[in-house]
Amino acid sequence: MKPKFITALLTLVLLTNAALAQVVLRMTWYDDGQEGVVMRELLDRFEATNPDIAIIMDTVPFAAGILQSLPLQLAAGQGPDLARIVDLGGLSQYLLDLRPHLSDPDYWEANFGPFLDWMRPEGSNAIPGFMTQLTVSAPFINRTLFDQAGIAVPEGPTTWEEWAEVAQQVAEATGTPHAMVMDRSGHRLAGPAISQGAAFFDAEGHPKLDDEGMRAMLQLMIDWHADGLMNPDVWIGAAGQYVAGNLPFINAQVVLYMSGSWQVGQFTNLIGDAFDWEVVPNPCGPAACTGMPGGAGLVGIAATRHPAEVARVMEFLVQEEVLAEFYGRTLFIPGHLGLAEAGIDFQTDLESAKQALNVFASQVPLIHPTAYALQGYRFNRVIFDNLRDRLTQVFVGELTLDQALERMQADIDEQIREAGQ
Amino acid sequence: MSILATLPGKLAQGVYVLLMNICGLVMEPLQRLIGVRRMPYLFLLPNLLIFGIFILFPMALNLYFATTSGTALFPQDRPFVGTENFERLYACQDFFNPATCQEDRFWRAVHNTIVFIAFQLAGMILIALTTALVLNRKIVARGFFRSVYFYPVLLSPVVVALIWKWILQRDGLLNALLVGLGLEPVQFLLSGTWAMAWIIIISIWAEMGFYTLILLAGLQSIPAELYDAGAVDGTNGAQRFRHITMPLLMPTMMVVLVLALIRSVQQFDKVFVLTGGGPGTATFLLVQYIYSTGFATQIPRFGMAAAASVTLGAVLLIATIIQLRLGRSSERHLA
Amino acid sequence: MSTLLTFFTRRRGRRRWHTTDILAYLYLLIGVIVMFGPVLWLVLSSFKTPAALLEFPPTLLPLAQETVMVPGYAEPLRLFDVTLEDGSVRRLAQVRRVGLQAQMVDPAAPDEIIRVHIDQRSEVRHLRLATENYTEAFVRFNFATYLRNSVVVTVTATLITLLINSMAAFALSKYQFRGRNAIFLIIISTLMIPISVILVPVYLVITQVGWVNNLWGVIIPGAATPTGVFLLRQYMLTIPDELLDSGRIDGASEWRLYWQIVLPLAAPALAVLAIFSVMWRWNDFLWPLIVLTRSELFTLQVGLNAFQGELQIQWHYVLAMTVLTLLPITLVFALLQRFITTGIASTGVKG
Repeated sequence: MKPKFITALLTLVLLTNAALAQVVLRMTWYDDGQEGVVMRELLDRFEATNPDIAIIMDTVPFAAGILQSLPLQLAAGQGPDLARIVDLGGLSQYLLDLRPHLSDPDYWEANFGPFLDWMRPEGSNAIPGFMTQLTVSAPFINRTLFDQAGIAVPEGPTTWEEWAEVAQQVAEATGTPHAMVMDRSGHRLAGPAISQGAAFFDAEGHPKLDDEGMRAMLQLMIDWHADGLMNPDVWIGAAGQYVAGNLPFINAQVVLYMSGSWQVGQFTNLIGDAFDWEVVPNPCGPAACTGMPGGAGLVGIAATRHPAEVARVMEFLVQEEVLAEFYGRTLFIPGHLGLAEAGIDFQTDLESAKQALNVFASQVPLIHPTAYALQGYRFNRVIFDNLRDRLTQVFVGELTLDQALERMQADIDEQIREAGQ
Repeated sequence: MSILATLPGKLAQGVYVLLMNICGLVMEPLQRLIGVRRMPYLFLLPNLLIFGIFILFPMALNLYFATTSGTALFPQDRPFVGTENFERLYACQDFFNPATCQEDRFWRAVHNTIVFIAFQLAGMILIALTTALVLNRKIVARGFFRSVYFYPVLLSPVVVALIWKWILQRDGLLNALLVGLGLEPVQFLLSGTWAMAWIIIISIWAEMGFYTLILLAGLQSIPAELYDAGAVDGTNGAQRFRHITMPLLMPTMMVVLVLALIRSVQQFDKVFVLTGGGPGTATFLLVQYIYSTGFATQIPRFGMAAAASVTLGAVLLIATIIQLRLGRSSERHLA
Repeated sequence: MSTLLTFFTRRRGRRRWHTTDILAYLYLLIGVIVMFGPVLWLVLSSFKTPAALLEFPPTLLPLAQETVMVPGYAEPLRLFDVTLEDGSVRRLAQVRRVGLQAQMVDPAAPDEIIRVHIDQRSEVRHLRLATENYTEAFVRFNFATYLRNSVVVTVTATLITLLINSMAAFALSKYQFRGRNAIFLIIISTLMIPISVILVPVYLVITQVGWVNNLWGVIIPGAATPTGVFLLRQYMLTIPDELLDSGRIDGASEWRLYWQIVLPLAAPALAVLAIFSVMWRWNDFLWPLIVLTRSELFTLQVGLNAFQGELQIQWHYVLAMTVLTLLPITLVFALLQRFITTGIASTGVKG
């Protein structure tokens, strides 16, 4: 009698406390497609079993919200408790170290190890969060156009120049306006550049762009734009910002589209079965056949007032079943080593999507060390954005290649110098 | 004022009287305290308070930012560097060739902005004046036409840019029309000259209604007797325009010129959404330089952005003063 | 007044249609097409399906491909007009496409599968308003909350703006006091700097005041507009001082003079400022985005832009929501627009 009564009383007290002391966590999120819906469902499940925590998702536009406003808010000491961010290195100083609150930090180290380095300040062993997606860059092709042209899709290691030629043949045979399109992004360009031999860094680890490999790659881009092989609307038609080249590809206006794994989810919706699309392994250069890794991470923010609760949410989300469901429904490549090896049951009927995800997964081991270093470099966006914008000036004739290389180096050096003060 | 006779109108009036009387409970004793002579300061107080805290103080802070460097947000954490930012900004071998400048994008922005202002102001004034003259005639459905020309002013800059992007892009409406007419499609947004031409046209499209109405008001205040007298004297339309309309319209024209110049130099949102400053840097304007240097980049250079904005403000101030001086002297001339 | 009335009836050539009249109407007609056409395009496009939005040449009207339910198939099948080898054209439904071959059936005789090359098909389309752009966006997009926030911000900000700007304009136009010209010049000179330039310092101030994630942080900073003070001051200059003097003789306080005499007389200018204020506040994007991080506080413009992810822009939702955000401001404008000319008429003339 007595123990039961005490238990009941305790439960009542605990429940009341739980209800009274509900912690509200805010998560800043952005959407490319449906992943917000999936995350919300997972969080609802967490809240059902953890009534003392409520998580509110604030969905913001990517460019203005995540890239521009969030860093300003964090710098001013404001901001959410959790956020899905892309600039892992750049914001690493504002991230929460979950390690003291985690019940099993080794699980994190084992499965997220290499990616945690992207999120940590130099020399720290903090665990700020996990990857909502790992991305790999690689080209998509419009298989139907190849079939219509009667030209075989190249197999085995093929160089960028060969791919460009084949794509051009297909384009001419089928009356497609352009052979190729690439996202307007230094990150996208970096993979092929590294394949051409670009080192991106000097011996001391400072960014240095001008070398033979980089010149070779930039010259290829210049020639492709000048000869009409590359769709100009993406690189030239807009400036000062990221522009995706997905619309021309979805519209079957190009044969080859250099982009990455995050497009798969959208393509299953927007292309459907209008044409057959495939992912091909990254084309080769003299140095490698590599793409660029990347991704977004869900991280805790250091300024939060509820670090323990943030850790609990994180621990729920990184469980294998939960993450497997997240990756499976969003069609993102897992940023979890265990799941990557075991394989994800991607929830799609589309053959194109399955093939694509498998090819992307197979590209991961081929990623060049320079690509990893570049992605992990804290100021990589400075490199990417200046490379991209100065190169565009060469396309339109405002600068020569030499001037552009000089300028981008000067821009990067100047920004890094200011950051050091 | 038939609106006031209706029930909601009467209700609104009642609420207004009530609220004002409540405020009077504070204002009137204060007047007894400080006297009538000091009342203007009291009336100015709320406005100046907000102004001071949220506009003047940040502007002063901005000025301080211009003399500091580094990426720290809080002023106390920023190292003072004096005029270093300004020196870097103005470091040019040849001011007419941005490629020789250290901050080449700033000078490209300056050149682009000058070209932009020149054509946009001229076009804007011409079209606004013409429209005002047309609207000044006796025409059917005058209110409707007035609204038509004013409507684009209501649209947010993002909406304006979105609409025109759809019209001008490779597979947009304009090219569809050209192809339909049997012509070749033109890639407007890929050509530096076309892009600049179009942002001038679009900004005129989006803003001319505002200035048209101001000029229309100015036209309507010119006494009819002057025109009638002119008609009696046998002068024709063109002469009446030159000798009666233009001089008496001058004061209004000055208002339009000052406001239009300020708006023109500050042009940013529409252009950014439409071209992003491109192709290359063909439509890269001053405020975009400030935005992209101090805000939309992984390592923002607050000091440089602030220095550029101080330059911008100073130039505008001088330009406005010159305009007002010229306007005043022309008024005297024509009186 | 009567002079103004005379001008309203002025026209070249009393009865006949002069060439300049024809030119004038032509100009106005072109104006309607050029000014309204693009907006009409926007509205029509907001009813198109995502696929229709991507195609070229773009159609004017929202068209979608017709579908038909065929016995034996669970999902509706898309209809095409197919040109067969013998040159005849048949309307067939597509079961699936594999590579360059499409498998089609005649809806009337669904058992026979006809294989057709994809180039021989052309879509059968009909007018279809994709209203799901609006309804789906409502579900995914907390429209009611954002609308409420936008309305609260716009109405409060406009009322505050009207009050404090008219008080300041009253002081600057009806009184002589030390520092009058200096204060006026300072206020006007701030027109020179666009807010996007002092964004960071203003944000710092807001954080220190503690108004982050607070609608007041969006309402107050923009309430003291230099344009508003300028506009109202010019107008109030035309109000005769005798009215105020006689009021003072009767023993009225300055505050009473302000709200009983000056404000009602300044109604046209206040209406103009109200329209501008509504317009600016309704369309404000960057500032609310920075100040408000909690989604339940978002205004319409901020929420609308949440459809722009890192790598895609969901145009169909963006367009639909853009049209919706245009509606209120169009209404306000329609109601208050007749004040504009009367208002601006007496404000800016003297420059």
